[in-house]
Amino acid sequence: MQPAPDPFAQADTHDLVIRAEPTSVRAALLRVTAVAPVADLSADLRATVELVLAEVLNNVAEHAYADNPGHVAVTVALQPGALWCEVVDEGGAMPGGALPDGRLPEMGASDVDLPEGGFGWHLIRLMTRDLQYRRQRGANRLNFIIPLQD
Amino acid sequence: MQLKTQTRPKVLTVQVMEDRIDAATAIQFKERMRDITKTGDQRVVLDLARVQFLDSSGLGAIVAVKKMLGPDRPLELSGLTATVEKVFRLTRMDSIFTIHPTVDVAVSHATGT
Repeated sequence: MQPAPDPFAQADTHDLVIRAEPTSVRAALLRVTAVAPVADLSADLRATVELVLAEVLNNVAEHAYADNPGHVAVTVALQPGALWCEVVDEGGAMPGGALPDGRLPEMGASDVDLPEGGFGWHLIRLMTRDLQYRRQRGANRLNFIIPLQD
Repeated sequence: MQLKTQTRPKVLTVQVMEDRIDAATAIQFKERMRDITKTGDQRVVLDLARVQFLDSSGLGAIVAVKKMLGPDRPLELSGLTATVEKVFRLTRMDSIFTIHPTVDVAVSHATGT
């Protein structure tokens, strides 16, 4: 009997596993944006995909694996009108078991109060749809889509 | 992290020679900027014309440099590429920096000529 076809085993899917640390994240971003399906998108959409994945993967490196370094798996798949993305790691769970709300940090009254961080989830939420986070069997699984209308 | 500086009487220009300021280089960028601006009191124009990619770590580093320089030594930006401009706009950080289209425009503004 033929096995069921793997819906993602096609040319319009790309996946890779990397060490969750900044230099590997950079290499992964350059790779993902240089091959199909992301390479075939417009420059503006490629930039969006790169920025979203950068924020997600750097969060995994910085927070989920804050104590113990580990690996993270990224899958991108082209769907009609959207890029489907999944990021899976085996680091620590999201605090409270939920994603940060992504509110823009307070600007503060003067320069000394300006925020130097806290922008990541704001950017992710602005540029993605259908964000879903699940903690399953010791793994964090994040799914989202990036709409492909410029 | 390669930065190219040019010192004028009233303005110090710093051109980022890399195509990215990201989580892998943000700390290095901040440290290099601290070294470069240790002396002098001119305005600082950071030219980002070669930077094709900036993530939130890179953005945080630029904000940190602005804070480090303090209110008497403004940090201005020039030459934002499309992706970099987008990050500033989406985080509303475009509202706290003076942003010039090119480094030449920035310099003529800064010297008042």
